[in-house]
Amino acid sequence: MASNKAREALIDPLFNNNPIALQVLGICSALAVTTKMDTAMVMSIAVVVVISLSNFFVSVLRDQIPNSIRIIVQLTIIASLVIVTDQVLKAYVFEISKQLSVFVGLIITNCIVMGRAEAYAMQNPPGLSLIDGIGNGLGYAVILMLTAFFRELFGSGTLFGKQIFQLATEGGWYTPNGLMVLSPGAFFLIGFFIWILRVWKPEQVEEE
Amino acid sequence: MLEHYLSIALTAIFVENMALAFFLGMCSFLAVSKKVDTAIGLGMAVTFVLTITVPMNNLIYNYLLKEGSLEWIHPSLAQYDLSFLGFLTYIGTIAAMVQIVEMTLDRYAPALYGALGVFLPLIAVNCAILGASLFMVERDYTLGESTVYGIGSGIGWALAIIGLAAIRERLRYSNIPPGLRGLGITFIITGLMAIGFMAFAGIQL
Repeated sequence: MASNKAREALIDPLFNNNPIALQVLGICSALAVTTKMDTAMVMSIAVVVVISLSNFFVSVLRDQIPNSIRIIVQLTIIASLVIVTDQVLKAYVFEISKQLSVFVGLIITNCIVMGRAEAYAMQNPPGLSLIDGIGNGLGYAVILMLTAFFRELFGSGTLFGKQIFQLATEGGWYTPNGLMVLSPGAFFLIGFFIWILRVWKPEQVEEE
Repeated sequence: MLEHYLSIALTAIFVENMALAFFLGMCSFLAVSKKVDTAIGLGMAVTFVLTITVPMNNLIYNYLLKEGSLEWIHPSLAQYDLSFLGFLTYIGTIAAMVQIVEMTLDRYAPALYGALGVFLPLIAVNCAILGASLFMVERDYTLGESTVYGIGSGIGWALAIIGLAAIRERLRYSNIPPGLRGLGITFIITGLMAIGFMAFAGIQL
């Protein structure tokens, strides 16, 4: 029974209850990093780490946190974790951390992290909260990587920096689609992902 | 000098619009844009808080956190670089400022508080607010510049959310495919608005 619940906490956020596509959480800091696969990958890993650890620590402390100041306590835990993540990124992948610029810091205000801490970790034991955090982080990562895949492939003809389509400027056949690299491209892609997901799972359709 | 400030403000409003170019504040942008009235309220609240927090964080960064900035207390403190504490300090300042703004408004401007009241607590975790402070640090703005930048990016964000809310009110009369209803179509409209705002990118001041 317990393992069933754990599996649910891990798998459910991937498609059935995706944080971006259904819960409308955490779109804020993420889309700007999806022009390339490698930045999206680093961002995804950072978010999974921060969200699972913050869920874990909030859950460990949940009986000690006074209800009236819980938001500020949660923010402090999250902000400390983000500082550690930022320092690690600066130390080991400096180039990418330069490209991510302010968006690592913005994980603090990423609504997924706060939202899961508030909605799940405050009521559930540490182990389950950790798994819920990983699941939601992965649900976020799936959308992020998919967006980055299409934006990098069609926007510059590369994947992880490797040339896939020969560009027309270098004697090949592919003319890169500039719109994909700019911000409207990301909005359109996410809109279409949501559409596809909802055609596949009609119970997610919103009533107007 | 005036042109310099004007160019920062116009860039922040149109060219580098917080919501449409940097995807900041998206959560509330999508969630609170169903009606124009509430969108105006939230837009005003965000502008108000940005105008206060960005210069505030600018002072904190320049006089407490930056490398060598503690020298004004005692010369021997000049060796410390506390900038790694940035995130924690900025978010703390923002949360505290929102709290103070809320109490001040409640006491001295009840009408404004009535209009903004419900949105103020939401704002503490709005990415646009923290984002503006982080951009201010990254670009090394002075106090004056950061004030103008705070106001400008606030107005830009407000403009975008009010525009989106107005479009969504009209959408109620249109026949949208079931899977796209709600969130899906909102994303696509936001994309179209972003294209519209990109037209401003060519403007040179």
